[in-house]
Amino acid sequence: MAALMAGFGLYTHAIVRRIPASLAKEALRTSEAEVDVDKARGEHDAYVEVLRTRLGLDVVDLPADESFPDCVFVEDAAVVCGDTALITRPGAESRRGETEAMKRALKALNLNVVEMTDENATLDGGDVLFTGREFFVGLSSRTNQRGAEILADAFKDYAVSTVPVLASLHLKSFCSMGGPGLIVIGSSEPAQKALKIMQQMSDHCYDKLTVPDDFAANCIYMNLPDKGHVLLHCTAEQYPESFKVFEKLKDYTLIPVSNMEKVKVDGALTCCSILINKKGSI
Amino acid sequence: MTTETGADSEAKQPQDTNETEKGKTKAASDPASPQKQPEQLPAAVGHSTPARKEQEPQDDDQESHRSSISHLSKSPLRGVKKVKIMQCKVTLLDGSDYTLDVEKRAKGQMLFDKMCDHLNLLEKDYFGITYKDVDNQKNWLDPSKELKKQIRTGPWNFAFNVKFYPPDPTQLAEDITRYYLCLQLRDDVVSGRLPCSFATHTVLGSYTVQSELGDYDPEELASDYISELRFAPNQTKELEEKVMELHKTYKGMTPAEAEMHFLENAKKLSMYGVDLHHAKDSEGVEIMLGVCASGLLIYRDRLRINRFAWPKILKISYKRNNFYIKIRPGEFEQFESTIGFKLPNHRAAKRLWKVCVEHHTFFRLVSPEAPPKKFLTLGSKFRYSGRTQAQTRRASSQIIRPAPLFERSSSKRYNMSRSLDGAPITENHDTLMKDSSADGTAKIMAKGDIITTVTTEKKAEEEQAEQEDAAETPELAASTQQRHDTKDTEPPVEVAKHQTNISELKRSFLETGDSKPGLTEWEKRLSSSPSAHSPRADEAPMIEPLEPQDTKDEEPAGDERKQEEEEEEPKATEATGYLVKYMADSVVTEGATSSGPHGISLSTTMDDDVFIDGTLREAEEKTPDSQDEVSERSMVKISPRAVRQEVSQAITDKKGTLIILKDDTEGKNTAVPGEDTEDTGLLSAPKDKETVKDDIAVVVKAQMTNEVKTPSLKIDMKPDDMTLFKGMDSPKKAMASWISQEVKVETSEVTCVSAKEVREMKTCDGLQHKAQIFTFEQMAQSKKSKSDSTQNSLFESSAASLAVSTLGWVPSSQKTSAESEQKETEAAPAESAEPAGELSEGGTKEIPVVHTETKTITYEAAEVDSNGDADPGVLLSAQTITSETTSTTTTTHITKMVKGGISETRIEKRIVITGDADIDHDQALAQAIKEAKEQHPDMSVTKVVVHKETEITPEEGED
Repeated sequence: MAALMAGFGLYTHAIVRRIPASLAKEALRTSEAEVDVDKARGEHDAYVEVLRTRLGLDVVDLPADESFPDCVFVEDAAVVCGDTALITRPGAESRRGETEAMKRALKALNLNVVEMTDENATLDGGDVLFTGREFFVGLSSRTNQRGAEILADAFKDYAVSTVPVLASLHLKSFCSMGGPGLIVIGSSEPAQKALKIMQQMSDHCYDKLTVPDDFAANCIYMNLPDKGHVLLHCTAEQYPESFKVFEKLKDYTLIPVSNMEKVKVDGALTCCSILINKKGSI
Repeated sequence: MTTETGADSEAKQPQDTNETEKGKTKAASDPASPQKQPEQLPAAVGHSTPARKEQEPQDDDQESHRSSISHLSKSPLRGVKKVKIMQCKVTLLDGSDYTLDVEKRAKGQMLFDKMCDHLNLLEKDYFGITYKDVDNQKNWLDPSKELKKQIRTGPWNFAFNVKFYPPDPTQLAEDITRYYLCLQLRDDVVSGRLPCSFATHTVLGSYTVQSELGDYDPEELASDYISELRFAPNQTKELEEKVMELHKTYKGMTPAEAEMHFLENAKKLSMYGVDLHHAKDSEGVEIMLGVCASGLLIYRDRLRINRFAWPKILKISYKRNNFYIKIRPGEFEQFESTIGFKLPNHRAAKRLWKVCVEHHTFFRLVSPEAPPKKFLTLGSKFRYSGRTQAQTRRASSQIIRPAPLFERSSSKRYNMSRSLDGAPITENHDTLMKDSSADGTAKIMAKGDIITTVTTEKKAEEEQAEQEDAAETPELAASTQQRHDTKDTEPPVEVAKHQTNISELKRSFLETGDSKPGLTEWEKRLSSSPSAHSPRADEAPMIEPLEPQDTKDEEPAGDERKQEEEEEEPKATEATGYLVKYMADSVVTEGATSSGPHGISLSTTMDDDVFIDGTLREAEEKTPDSQDEVSERSMVKISPRAVRQEVSQAITDKKGTLIILKDDTEGKNTAVPGEDTEDTGLLSAPKDKETVKDDIAVVVKAQMTNEVKTPSLKIDMKPDDMTLFKGMDSPKKAMASWISQEVKVETSEVTCVSAKEVREMKTCDGLQHKAQIFTFEQMAQSKKSKSDSTQNSLFESSAASLAVSTLGWVPSSQKTSAESEQKETEAAPAESAEPAGELSEGGTKEIPVVHTETKTITYEAAEVDSNGDADPGVLLSAQTITSETTSTTTTTHITKMVKGGISETRIEKRIVITGDADIDHDQALAQAIKEAKEQHPDMSVTKVVVHKETEITPEEGED
């Protein structure tokens, strides 16, 4: 029996990419922070290890490309939902080339790959929040209306609503899904405002989990066989207050993942992987 | 996602035009000719997929004769040589055509009923019939209006379609209903109206195949068996292969199961059930407005750029080609805002408005929420007269027939199709081609007059037209009611048919009661406390539900509905007797002027309510009305008025005996509503009245005493409302309500709406105050009633009385104008106070009613519970002026009140139009309203009550 839109959080594969040395100096960032590449790599390795070993996903590990300092943030290069993958056109020109490797990887997984060829369109995957029932696309410095339109064309089953993102890099810089129908949201005013917009735009009901730190609201939810609800979230070291909030979640397998270095270049947890479900695809 | 209307129209318009014209001429010259109709079909059915076959008219016709159970007279000849018989071609959901004969003056309901009979469809409320207008735009047939008046000069071609897509198809009771829904959705998918991904096409297609062909059987099915079915706008080999792959896995799945799966997937699609309309925003940007179960969606290209859940919308209106929604202030805004959209033309704006009204009503009104109901009430001229979803669900639950056997016709095939009844249809691509081309061609019909009228004349005309509609509707309602009332007279068949309606009515009536317990959804929403929504149990406490405006609400609503239903059931039996009235808000469209003041003052009050305005009328009535009523009548706005008016009319007519039941301040005044009802009932159906009286007599009498004290209906009304709120528990109340068939319905509806909100506000004290006020009025009223009665005596064959109440919130300075207005009304000032007084009088007099049919329609502008805000206000002055012409008697009541520092002048006019059937009452009504407006340009028409009494002749009773 085929069921669409089933199994939110169910993934079989993950695509990640190694951190190039150029990340330290050249990666785009909204702050002036210095990045320790080694530390960042250590974090990233741990992250990938969680996906691969702890969660048992098939991890496609793409090699780093020094010419793309931000290439570790694979999320921005593609949006995958069901068996369709939309190759984006990243808003930062320096990142456009990242999509090539991504496209090859997705095609290798036999996904239905759609490319965003419109030169007026920009879209970063970090601006795309898929709730299981619909998409929210942040209109940010990286993503424009046209990009969102193309995304809507690529995923016709779902409503695609736009949300202005003014105060942060991406929509998912302050929110993410923490479970089916559960939106984890930062407590800043812009975050709350964006949430209000999202709820207004939606036909569906969501619960919200508010965390004190916007960036901590970016977590990774999975619902895996034998593991149930899994949440990769911030560490106590990084965001102690938000960590306490996550700690209270019941019936979750909680996996704190350190992200101290990548955050300096605006990298959040979701940024570093693309999650794919091949089993459910038709 | 394409719009049925917009997209189609835009794309196909040029071609369509030609086609339609052809069709027209054909139709005009040879309306009966079946052969030509197929060609026209496309024009008539924007909906249908290109792949639709022509069917043999004869078979269909026979079928129709066979199947039509309707009480309506069948045309003896299908040939339609008779002037009064018209042949309709209805395109069914499987793409086939069904031809049937109807009387030329038949109303939409009749055609719809016949179609449902033919289709063996019981859960009909989700469906409707469409026709194409001169612009080749798809319009929903108004069941209460004559076919002829709707299609105008166009061909008598229609299509049977799903009108309200159930958000949860599993709640449909019957497989056959789901089957038809599936057919519609397949068409939606194939036509591109319902966009979906490749994967979804695959899944939906596979279930379609299973449903139609059964298990995959390599021996029976050719390798390309699937190619004859259509699954997608652009069907590829790849898709077909995928569909086959899935199909092979479904062995043993029954068609019904396959359809269930189909629907389970289809309902999740974001454009499921979204009716799209092309528009431009205030900056001229092309957008699409999508009307759906949960509210209004705004799209730009494929993106949803905004969404207004029904609860978020305070008012919907249109004016010329503009469509407006007034939005409740959000968290970040302080004031409500009005958002305007430009539609391609006036008709498009009206069409959108109507669709909004209907969707809001259907999907939200049943719930106990007062606001939605008000909404309904407010529905201005146009109202959705069918059942709401909750009602229809309840009705569905009572379907007891064994699952009907039906044959699933192959639909959307490239090459062949069968008619519903199984007759093979010779299909040809040629036809298809013709259709498509035809579609393209036919667009502009020559019908200039009709259209012009609407468009050109602006408000006045619009109103006229709408009023016509309204007028028609009332007739329908009245007739229905009568039937119920006069069960004796009526053939059993009819009764049965109507029963559904009745039960609906009952429900709505009962529903009012529901609102009583606990928080209404509306209230919940207002409170918006997260706690109201059930958080997931397993989640940690910090997880809060977002408060989706609609979604969550809906769910609770469902529960409430259920509750309501339960409550209703016991009563239902009783209720059966009474009919549903259509409450339409007819607000006369007002210029900016009137709206301005009203809007502002009212808006405050209005926040909670949703209004649907036909024209730019002001929904604001509520405040004024309620206040007025409160002060003057102490009644709840709408219903009370209507009742009063009706009563008064009745009195005037002498046709009905008015029983005034008055309760004390307590909510238990069932009697009150009953009174009204009775009045109406009496007026409308004398026979019934008598019976009713017997049953109810006790109650009424008891109340009567009380009533005597407070002659004013208004007072009574409040109690009713109160009662409603509190609960329908008391048998007496129920009885009373039943009794007051027409009135009650209205009342109940109104009450429901206002009641909720008002409840709190209304205290016994308030009622009492009102009562007092009224008391003195009674005296005056009695006088009036006398005079009225005299007038009434004049009525003979048919009398239609129109009551137009003009409400104006006028700053004190403006009062003058009001006065001047008074002057305008010629005639003798009679000092009767208010309609309420009349009512009471009527009740006292108890005049036997001779006339058979009474129809009362109330059109109200928005009502807000004024009660909440409201201090009763102080009555400054009340004046009554009466003028007569040959066929018209106009009684004008002018009341001035001061409430909270704002003086309000309210003018209520009762216009009695007497004459034989040949008088165009609609016209007269329109004229009356027009005049009223002209006389009081600075005021707004907030409510129009049409009360029609017609002698029942066999013929009339018929349809």
